[in-house]
Amino acid sequence: MSMERTKAWRYAIPAAVLAVLAAFFFRGLQLDPAYNESPLVCQAAPEFSLPDLADPSRRVSRADFAGRTVLLNVWNSWCAPCREEHPFLLELARIGVPIYGINWDDDRDKALAWLNEVGDPFVASAVDEVGDVAIAYGVYGYPETFLINPEGTILVKHFGPLTPEIWAGKMAPAMEAECAVD
Amino acid sequence: MIPELGQFALVLAVCLSLCQAALPLAGSFTGRTDLMLLARPAAAGQFVFVGLAFAILAYAFLTDDFSVLFVAQNSNSVLPTVYKFTAVWGGHEGSLLLWSLMLASWTLAVAFASRSQPLEFTSRVLGVLGIVSAGILLFTLLTSNPFTRLLPYPVDGVDLNPLLQDPGMVIHPPMLYLGYVGMAVPFAFAVAALLAGRLDRNWARWTRPWTIGAWLFLTCGIALGSWWAYYEVGWGGWWFWDPVENASFLPWLMATALVHSLAVTERRGIFKSWTVLLAISAFTLSLLGTFLVRSGVIQSIHSFANDPARGLFILGLLLLISGGAFVLYAFRAASLESEGGFHPVSRESFLLANNVLLVVATVLILLGTLYPLFIDALNLPEVSIGEPYFNFVFLLPMLPLGALLGYGMHAAWQKMSGMVLLRQLLWPLVLSVALALVLPFIFFGTNSFMTVVGLAAGIWVALSSLVMPLGRALNSDAVRLTRAQWGMCIAHLGVGLFIIAATVTSGYSVEQDVAARVGQRWQLAGYELEFRDLRQIEGQNFTADEAEFEVRKDGRYVAALRPQRRDYPVREVVMTESAIDATAFRDVLIALSDSVGDGAWAVHARYKPLVRFIWIACVIMALGGLLAATDSRYMRPKELRAGVKPAVGVPLEEGGR
Amino acid sequence: MRARHQRMIFIGAVGLAMVAAAGLAYKAFKTNLLYYYSPSQVLAGEAPVERRFRLGGLVVEGSFERVTGTLTARFLVTDLKSEVEVEYNKTFPNLFQEGKGVVAHGTLAADGRFVADTILAKHDENYTAPEVLESLAGSEAWAEE
Repeated sequence: MSMERTKAWRYAIPAAVLAVLAAFFFRGLQLDPAYNESPLVCQAAPEFSLPDLADPSRRVSRADFAGRTVLLNVWNSWCAPCREEHPFLLELARIGVPIYGINWDDDRDKALAWLNEVGDPFVASAVDEVGDVAIAYGVYGYPETFLINPEGTILVKHFGPLTPEIWAGKMAPAMEAECAVD
Repeated sequence: MIPELGQFALVLAVCLSLCQAALPLAGSFTGRTDLMLLARPAAAGQFVFVGLAFAILAYAFLTDDFSVLFVAQNSNSVLPTVYKFTAVWGGHEGSLLLWSLMLASWTLAVAFASRSQPLEFTSRVLGVLGIVSAGILLFTLLTSNPFTRLLPYPVDGVDLNPLLQDPGMVIHPPMLYLGYVGMAVPFAFAVAALLAGRLDRNWARWTRPWTIGAWLFLTCGIALGSWWAYYEVGWGGWWFWDPVENASFLPWLMATALVHSLAVTERRGIFKSWTVLLAISAFTLSLLGTFLVRSGVIQSIHSFANDPARGLFILGLLLLISGGAFVLYAFRAASLESEGGFHPVSRESFLLANNVLLVVATVLILLGTLYPLFIDALNLPEVSIGEPYFNFVFLLPMLPLGALLGYGMHAAWQKMSGMVLLRQLLWPLVLSVALALVLPFIFFGTNSFMTVVGLAAGIWVALSSLVMPLGRALNSDAVRLTRAQWGMCIAHLGVGLFIIAATVTSGYSVEQDVAARVGQRWQLAGYELEFRDLRQIEGQNFTADEAEFEVRKDGRYVAALRPQRRDYPVREVVMTESAIDATAFRDVLIALSDSVGDGAWAVHARYKPLVRFIWIACVIMALGGLLAATDSRYMRPKELRAGVKPAVGVPLEEGGR
Repeated sequence: MRARHQRMIFIGAVGLAMVAAAGLAYKAFKTNLLYYYSPSQVLAGEAPVERRFRLGGLVVEGSFERVTGTLTARFLVTDLKSEVEVEYNKTFPNLFQEGKGVVAHGTLAADGRFVADTILAKHDENYTAPEVLESLAGSEAWAEE
């Protein structure tokens, strides 16, 4: 009898191996920067000062939006999800939400032409030529939207198109409550 | 309107796959024939609607419908028409639809070919396939819908990644997916056997041709990928041990082991639980590969856009499908009884060695592929594993395998004299060692230990594969070879050729990086290269610098090569199109890189002997597989009626080798 | 007993071969482990001197220069805190660009330059090597205006 039992348990080895592997993969997924909210949440939004998209002689900087709750949106003219969220950004702008843009990895003329064509929801857009501001904000890709409070703290960092569900479900509640990391 | 129809077709496909998954399985446990009979029509229906969804997506691409997000992300109005079609699988969402289509195709084939099989078994097989289909289709519909609209829609799309605008792109993924996904069939057979709690030789006979079929497509798919990477990514490499390449190679290794293990189970009724384990593992590795490529846990040139939410879904699928199968295995495997034993010198033991060595290689490569991930999950400093590790751990088991292979093909079942075997194959052994020592000197003038070993192994395998056909050719009285035997000889001949080609290419390639000006000449492995001209040209969606080179040997003109450095404005990407002069026996490759100032350009040149044979050898292997899979004993359905357990020792009819 | 003897020897030989193989595989594994270091770590002396390792970061705009007419090129890699000079003398991959992410494999020379034998550049528009992203996101590059 015991012979059968000792023989039988080894058939469970593959299942056990898979379980261990799955645990590692799960952990690996959790560590993905897009999965986790970034360490920047509840931190001060990094300072920056970049040329304005519309008028390069002027500058757009973090100081411009101090004292108000704003959205900071990283975008460009050719990324499809940016186009996807654009109508909603226009809606938000229409109801009075201040949205600042960071135009990243783009061509200035194309960016301006596109805004002309589809509408400009931004109070102002800064051009991040080098990409170091985007990196400082821990931007994972585009589009990415930050909700920043009047004191300059990042409340929410959202990667992907901004939808009414995200706005209502993630951003609006964050504005009322104390800053919390998930 | 039409994309919405596509989405609707997907929804219907999901519903049908869920029916296919649940009802026949339920019927098989409760004995309800009416439920079991639903399997085939459900499979057919699923195929129709997945096919429809795929066709609609293709239509969206071909009509430049940029209101569909996926089309806008992967296509462009100036894209050549054929690439608009292949763009269907150029991104994550569309490639998943291709996955589903392949699975639905295999399922349909199994459904129709199994009409002569017991209903209980077939309904379980189709039920398991239905579970997999449902999982992938739900994944597609819920997280990766290719029919999502993009409004307001752009005037033009973003463009297909230039790396993918290529003839190789047309065939490589479908071939690869056919193989990858085809592993679900032996998986389903194995699970069905576990559910029944028994498995006999007829089960093996039924499973084997499907496994060989999936294996041969996978072989072609991997070879195509290697060939494509060779000339498209440039620089003359043909295998990089990239995690995604490994993701397709690991199922291949398991499938190879499975094909051989099935031979033993079919012939002798042993290795049963081991065969089942291999079948489950092969498909698990396929699913694992899907996970690795699409979840973002491993970064690679092949990766689709990362999305951890998708990764979680696939991980869940992996746990459900593979985990479920392994748990079932844990409980049921013990009840699969062996029908006999075998002598140390016998075909069984050679095939056992084959399996052990292949599994060792698989485990070591898997370890190397996953190790960086483990380290990351444990929050330790980031590492990556260099190529030499993979080359080493692959060669380590493969060399003994090559040595044993020659003998294994000629070993008799059950018991054989070792001395007889050695004597039978004495001349190929001697000849292969002699040729391995001599030939490199004749062709290349030098020798090295590793190249001699590799060449000897390759020639040995090739020659021993030819023993049976030669014997038949020289002696017309000898017994005719069955198609399966031809298949075995040809497939192993392919293996031998592959070993020879890989050894020669690895050992005798020459690589150069030169800063060259127009008019400059230099030597490359006995060829003279002259940089004659540089000009600008325009293509359909790119502009390029094109260099003209003339290649000569001993003063005689060999070829004119025109490598390009292309600029794709829409994607803002630069790609090198290397120029290759290819003959069966060697490639001369030239790639043009950046201008380095002072009128000079960075030029990369390579001489690759026998590199084409690598892929020719793979095709030969696949051809052998095709012959073996279509052997007459598989084509006569009446023979395959399961349930009758033949007595041990009853010889199967001629052809049952 | 001869058969048993033979079998023992056979098993012993196979066992020995497997132990040897495992040892060789382990050695191959260790020698091919490549660790990742950022420029700041390199300048802090954390990176190994004799071993090959991976260096990653952004290519500093304007830092790329060639020894004109030759394949030798130098550029600076930064993590927005520190910079390391990289030297490379083969053909660059297509996607290599100033201002974008890069990973180089190679060794440190005595004078602090990183001599690369392999250069890997960004793969698609949404991709930055994760370790590059992490090391850059943590740097405090912003002085108060």
